[in-house]
Amino acid sequence: MVQAAIAAPVLIAIMLAAGGRRLPRPVVDAVATGTILAVTVLLGIVLATALRHPVVTWLGGWPPRGGVSVGIPLVADPMSAGLALLVAVLTLAALVFSWRYLVEVQAIYHALMLLFTAAMCAFVLTGDLFDAFVFFELMSVIAYVLTGYKAEEPRTVHGALNFGVINSLGAYVTLMGIGLLYARTGQLNFAAMGARLPGQDHRLVTVAFALVCTGFLVKAATAPFHFWLADAHAVAPTPVCVLFSGVMVELGVYAIARTYWATFAGAVPGARPALAFLGVVTALLGGVMCVLQRHVKRLLAYSTVSHVGVILLGVAALDHDSLAGAAYYLLGHAGVKSALFIAAGTLLNRFETLDERELHGRGLRLRASGAVFLVGGLGLAGVPPSGLWAGKAVMDEAAQRAGWWWAAPVGVVASALTAGAVLRVWLRVFRGVGPSGGGTAEHEDSETGPRMSRLPWTMLTPGVILAGGAVLLGLIPGLLHGVSHAAGLFVDHDGYVSAVLSGGAWHAASAPLHPWTAAGLVGGAAGVVLAAVVAVLGLHQPVPRILRPVIDRLRAAHSGHVGEYAAWLTAGVALFGLLLFTA
Amino acid sequence: MSRRTRFAVFAVGAAGLVILFVLAAFRLPDFGGRFHPYGERAVTSAIAEKTKNVVSSVNFDQRAFDTVGEELILFASALGAVILLRMVRREREEEAGEHGYGPADVFDALRLTGYLLLPVTLLVGVYIVAHGHLSPGGGFQGGVVLGTALHLLYLTGDYPALARLRPVPVFESAEALGAGAFVVLGLAGAGLLIPMNSVVGLEVGCAFVLVLAKFFEQALLVRTDDAGTEDS
Amino acid sequence: MSHLPYLAAGWILLAGIFGMVTSRNLVHVVVCLSVTQSATYVLLLAIGYRKGGTAPVFSDIKPTGKVVDPVVQAMTLTDIVVNATATALLLALAVQVAKRRGTIDPDELRPLE
Repeated sequence: MVQAAIAAPVLIAIMLAAGGRRLPRPVVDAVATGTILAVTVLLGIVLATALRHPVVTWLGGWPPRGGVSVGIPLVADPMSAGLALLVAVLTLAALVFSWRYLVEVQAIYHALMLLFTAAMCAFVLTGDLFDAFVFFELMSVIAYVLTGYKAEEPRTVHGALNFGVINSLGAYVTLMGIGLLYARTGQLNFAAMGARLPGQDHRLVTVAFALVCTGFLVKAATAPFHFWLADAHAVAPTPVCVLFSGVMVELGVYAIARTYWATFAGAVPGARPALAFLGVVTALLGGVMCVLQRHVKRLLAYSTVSHVGVILLGVAALDHDSLAGAAYYLLGHAGVKSALFIAAGTLLNRFETLDERELHGRGLRLRASGAVFLVGGLGLAGVPPSGLWAGKAVMDEAAQRAGWWWAAPVGVVASALTAGAVLRVWLRVFRGVGPSGGGTAEHEDSETGPRMSRLPWTMLTPGVILAGGAVLLGLIPGLLHGVSHAAGLFVDHDGYVSAVLSGGAWHAASAPLHPWTAAGLVGGAAGVVLAAVVAVLGLHQPVPRILRPVIDRLRAAHSGHVGEYAAWLTAGVALFGLLLFTA
Repeated sequence: MSRRTRFAVFAVGAAGLVILFVLAAFRLPDFGGRFHPYGERAVTSAIAEKTKNVVSSVNFDQRAFDTVGEELILFASALGAVILLRMVRREREEEAGEHGYGPADVFDALRLTGYLLLPVTLLVGVYIVAHGHLSPGGGFQGGVVLGTALHLLYLTGDYPALARLRPVPVFESAEALGAGAFVVLGLAGAGLLIPMNSVVGLEVGCAFVLVLAKFFEQALLVRTDDAGTEDS
Repeated sequence: MSHLPYLAAGWILLAGIFGMVTSRNLVHVVVCLSVTQSATYVLLLAIGYRKGGTAPVFSDIKPTGKVVDPVVQAMTLTDIVVNATATALLLALAVQVAKRRGTIDPDELRPLE
């Protein structure tokens, strides 16, 4: 079942690449969408099974003997199966959106999207660290190509190149870490390595953790590894952005969490403060950069940086409740951010520009897109009962118990800045508020070829459904319980090891979660109010003079210069390692 | 950021990285030591399966799923080269003849060497693919030899001959066929070393030819119509 | 002395990153990226080495003979393919940057904002 979910899109992708050029476009669309629909159903069944008891599949008939194996397992626990399902659902939305979009594409686009889905699913499901590296690379290679899809635009190829170089560098550092672990444990399997880490020299283990995490931190766009993200997101085709921001970046955080709990649990005491520090810096830096942007996709990209920082902060607490909250937050963010990118795509389609000032007041008649921006902005701000709000409330409560009083304000500031920026766009573009003019009149390709008389439903519906679903996520009965159960299994290191290596029992002690607390509601309200303030100030107030030098510095640092990004990456590895040792 | 600042950031990071890596390197087992539990298990398993080349057994049998991923990377990047190096607006393709890319003026000795080496190299490639389960080599190594062999024709100065020898659509289909067959073999019947090596050889060779063909097109045939390359 | 090969791998990694940081040419950046990846080959193969071991191929030696670790060799093979393909793609992007922007000096490319 699990293998089929990976094999089906791969085989269909290969067929499309071989013969899709001769098929008419609607057939290609139908085949690709149908395949992803089938994968979604398959993964739904896998998730339902995994919720009862996790499924471990040893590929190629090499099951472990005496607690060791030479093969590779796929481990479908509720968290990994759930993420794989999210990948499939978002791909479905992206493919439906691309029916009328990207009209000039050949079937190769569809083949790449299917391969991308399979790569992400294999990456979350694998139980082997080197195999994770291979699929990380597959995912990245496809991502570079999809980013550079509009190869005729100078910015596109430049952004894709920066993305490719920095991501590959991160992946190679990860491989160095895998080498260190292999030398000491003689294993590549998460569980088998984890079983042999106790008693190893803590310096080696800590350095290995720092190196292995580097590639994943780059993928998760954690400061100071985040520079590539905005360059890539601003130029990638809209349906691709949906997958990038909605789930690919978050998979970096998932990989850190998986590596930590399956392998390193307890062996790296510095992980908690080190990850928390990076999470806070990322959340705040992303928020500030988000407010400063006027290119809508770039703005949304920085908002992703900020929110992934919050998710990383939730994971960094390294406890069950906080992880469950982070997972919930991830779900909510995936829905909202995908919907926002889709709405931005409709803007690009209508007006061939994404400059916020240039678009002033031009969205008055795009009611559905405007609604998505409003709902999305409120969702990012953390309005109850959105997924972001519920996840945040659960994370904050866990942080409070751990003595991290500063975690809740950081989250509120991040939501307020990013949501404020989105609401500012809504006010300016869709309501025509604020002074007009000052646009740069820089034209971009509309991605659709001939102009359409009106937006087709396929371009609107996915966004409306995703935004609506994400905002109502906190109300879905049983979902919180399921996520809590998934997190309970996820943090159970001994259960994971015994289930993978000897088919042992793996039970979670899941505690019920309660987002509907007074503190949670206050946090949500504070986010919304502050976001409104940020939005209104952003419309009317120029940046205060005292802040100008700081802001100019920040802008200058995000220069698009690949050598600088590589320098920051090196410094980031050193910083992360230092934090791991000093804490 | 000035070059000096950039270098300073790197220097600080590099210093930290050196400390981290040295700390770890001295905690690794001694170079050439005897601690290779996974390696020993892999050898035992390969012998149990009667595979002589243990590396092939690891690649195509025990850890076949890694190789499926690796094959797909190759497949995806060949598709990627087709996408990224395609003709876009403002560009047109020129006929090879238009430029005098006919047989170029090269030494006869070079031309002769190229023509003689072509069949020999192809044969070596096939040999390396076919013997992958027995001796060092296999689909990847042999595929690369096969893919590069054709380009000896380019070295003899005859680009049109190379272009005639490798019709791109055929190679695209063959590449997809190889990748598809490998995925099926890898997921269904891991351990069929000879067919797996063969389809890998097919895929790698075709992917190589395809990617190089795209680069040749860009270098030799594609011209931008207007002189200004900067965006408006 | 017995840790020198590992340190050499670290040195190659740093040399590659140094090249990327100071480079004035995108093609050079991509090649430096390959250099950093060579560090992983050296590290993996050094880890798998066994004194007196031969290649893990038993076509002409007895299965009881001492051999080096075949798993790292398989990993390195995978790694090499990954490197070759990633390099090809990045060079393709560098070609397009050169065509669209007229320069491949990172210092001269305009910011992306």
